[in-house]
Amino acid sequence: MKTTSPVTILIAGIGATVITLAQNWKLSGFIFILIAGILFPLTASGVFTFQITQLLIYAIAIAGLNLLTGFNGQFSLGHSAFYAIGAYVSAILMTQFDMPFYLTIPFAAAVCFVFGFLFGLPALRLEGIYLALATFALAIATPQILKFKPIEHLTGGVQGLALFHMKPEAPFGLPLDQDQWTFYVTFAVTILMFFLAFSLVNSRSGRAMKAIRDNQIAAKVTGINLSLFKTLTFGVSALFTGVAGSLSALLIAFVAPDSFQITLAVAIFVGMVVGGVGWIPGAFLGALFILFVPNIAEHIAFGLAAFSDFVRGFIPFFPTIGEQSSKGLTGTVYGVFLILLIYVMPSGLAGLLRLAVQRLAQARG
Amino acid sequence: MEQVVQQIVGGLATGAIYACIALAIVMIYQAIDHLNFAQGEMAMFSTYIAWQLMQWGMPYWGAFFLTIAISFVLGYAIERAVFKPVHNAPVLSHIVIFIALFVIINSMAGFIWEFTIKPFPTPFGTKPVLGGGILSAHGAGMIAVTGIMLVLLYLFFRFTRIGLAMRAASANPDSARLVGIRVGFMNALGWGMAAAIGAVAGIMIAPVVFLEPNMMVTILLYGFAGAVVGGLTSPGGAVFGGFAVGVIENLASLIPHFGAEMKLTIALALIILVLTLKPNGLFGRKIVSRV
Amino acid sequence: MSTPLLSAKNLRAFYGPTQILYDLDFDMHAGGITTLLGANGAGKTTTLRALSGMVKTAGEIRFDGKLISNKDTADIVRLGVAHVPEGRGTFVRQTVEENLQLGGITQPAGQIAADMDLVFTYFPRLKERFRQQAGTLSGGEQQMLAIGRALMLRPKVMLLDEPSFGLAPLIVQEMFGILRRLNEKEKVSMFLVEQNASLALELADHAYLLETGRVVMSGPAKELSQDENIRRAYLGY
Repeated sequence: MKTTSPVTILIAGIGATVITLAQNWKLSGFIFILIAGILFPLTASGVFTFQITQLLIYAIAIAGLNLLTGFNGQFSLGHSAFYAIGAYVSAILMTQFDMPFYLTIPFAAAVCFVFGFLFGLPALRLEGIYLALATFALAIATPQILKFKPIEHLTGGVQGLALFHMKPEAPFGLPLDQDQWTFYVTFAVTILMFFLAFSLVNSRSGRAMKAIRDNQIAAKVTGINLSLFKTLTFGVSALFTGVAGSLSALLIAFVAPDSFQITLAVAIFVGMVVGGVGWIPGAFLGALFILFVPNIAEHIAFGLAAFSDFVRGFIPFFPTIGEQSSKGLTGTVYGVFLILLIYVMPSGLAGLLRLAVQRLAQARG
Repeated sequence: MEQVVQQIVGGLATGAIYACIALAIVMIYQAIDHLNFAQGEMAMFSTYIAWQLMQWGMPYWGAFFLTIAISFVLGYAIERAVFKPVHNAPVLSHIVIFIALFVIINSMAGFIWEFTIKPFPTPFGTKPVLGGGILSAHGAGMIAVTGIMLVLLYLFFRFTRIGLAMRAASANPDSARLVGIRVGFMNALGWGMAAAIGAVAGIMIAPVVFLEPNMMVTILLYGFAGAVVGGLTSPGGAVFGGFAVGVIENLASLIPHFGAEMKLTIALALIILVLTLKPNGLFGRKIVSRV
Repeated sequence: MSTPLLSAKNLRAFYGPTQILYDLDFDMHAGGITTLLGANGAGKTTTLRALSGMVKTAGEIRFDGKLISNKDTADIVRLGVAHVPEGRGTFVRQTVEENLQLGGITQPAGQIAADMDLVFTYFPRLKERFRQQAGTLSGGEQQMLAIGRALMLRPKVMLLDEPSFGLAPLIVQEMFGILRRLNEKEKVSMFLVEQNASLALELADHAYLLETGRVVMSGPAKELSQDENIRRAYLGY
């Protein structure tokens, strides 16, 4: 458990001053995030640091999917494939070619971009639910492809690749342990990726993407090259999720085919919906959801199991929910959560916030 | 050569399963203009119901038809209870609902009947039908049942008033309302029928792949591949596509390294290939929509 | 004064939060032809959709004395209101035969053949194209099909949304002639929305003028056709 040192308090103090002095709230907001990020691993436990690092990684993955679905209208339930590719590219480059981790990230990004672009080509022919199903197929096939015997010498087959011994140490002899350094690397990449995402979304290309989402035919009529934009967006989206995958290889220090199952793709998708489709910052909320809600569902399921045992004490023929079976209940609770979510918050948290802002504006005006 | 023939015939047998699912997918799409990929899970759940009925002593065919009826009701009920509130929401909400249904049904099956694999009986026996043991009696039975179902469905949609109303409700819901068709009710019926079709598929498949909560996941994808190959708008094409996928899958297993572990990849590759080369499938109609 | 067949009081209609119709009042008696005139965007189509329960409304709509505001479209149709929508609403992938069958889908099966024969007496061309896919018919033929489909309902009132739209003048004349005969012989009351004001005023006995969601003028069709302002704005002379 790290304790707060006088140095960190000093930094916090300077930070607070800067924020209050800064006129531009965006700038001060950014500085606040920066300082929070710098201070965080120094004051938090190793486990918590690990979790938040994972959160950032999921956020990048979700942002990637959001670019494709939220901003360009193409559904994907297959982004676990790109996450896996990113992770494996990094792992392979590190184990087979002794490449330092930082260098593997751009490679992972490039490879994923290419794969995303290539998958975007047949995806041009599919819409809506059919595209979802095709990408679903991609996600399910991914673990199989990763276990493919002829490439086992590269991928490590079913056992995957271990990277424990390759986690980079903090440079310049800084007094940081691996968890902390991993966090800083991830934090820096997160800032970069989200900066890129915001820039893209607010650029001319971003407007073209959104035009395609809103009305393909109208977009085409204004001269936007549909095929080019849609496939490029697929590529960029894959790039983002691939970078997230690459970082996850660093964090978990291990890649194996079964780590990248369809449940991951579904999780990323659900995270996007929760955060709010078409709203980049929502990715963090979505990541929060997918990190903690399955646990909550599990706890509720166990609670129900305990409750049924309790009731059984009074009503002998009340069904018992054994430990095995409460696993089944977890899924049910999670599914019910999801349904309620989509009824209550169809536009995710973004929609809720938008509604709140609207109401506030109405109240004022 | 003999191996190839063996695989082809075997492929036709498994293809019957995929044809069933592909047919269900296309029929559902035709009927309700939606695709519910929790349908595979509903089929699995129906199969468990049939199994349970038989555990309680009901004879096979009794359980078969009763399960179909129960599945129809369940499909109808799920549409009205779960899907109707989000009917007008964007496709994204629908996908989330399907995901949620998928997870719930899968978990419930595991919860009620546990995740252990169970054998499932067949009424056709396991004796080989053609010489050389390439087609079992069950395989032949599967093909026959699929065929009968296809004919019945075709007759229903082509020659009955309700079938016509369902087609109209999916093709043009606004106009359908203007002739007095209750579109919501038609949708629910569509789901009921889809569930019934799925039940038949599940009951036919279970003897081959064994009964467990995850049995339908990969099969759904093969069915989808079949539907894509045949063209998403053509029921006959879907059936053809299903058989084609079965045969191709079996033939591919002859290629070294492409054993059972790579089956899903083959389905995926097929989907991508067809979509790139002939996006409307082999028999699909090009749908021109006016702006 | 007998109860009107179709009437609206304080009718307001909305697309989401936007209000389109403002406190419309009108009524129509059985056997009559009423026309609703107005420029583009006046709210004519919205009015018909409000009557059919296709948009959110406030206020009262009564059909045959019964309150039908905000009822389900299918239920309103089954009461005897046939709506021939803007753009015809043809089931393009189905045949002419199927389209007509769909028109009568709520009617007893024994009735269908006789009703189809009736449709053919008014629209012989539809009989020629019986098994043809409806989407391949010409504009005029599709309009006839749409009206024929509405007839299969044995409606008490027919709501027609711009039936002349996109059709050649000769076809329009022919069609309006058929509408008159339908009204006189089959006793189908009609509520006609039209941009072609001169034809509409010729056919109808009563007329309303809609401007940006409000009724600004109403009266017997003959009177309105001789009104100075209407002549200048809508009749072109």
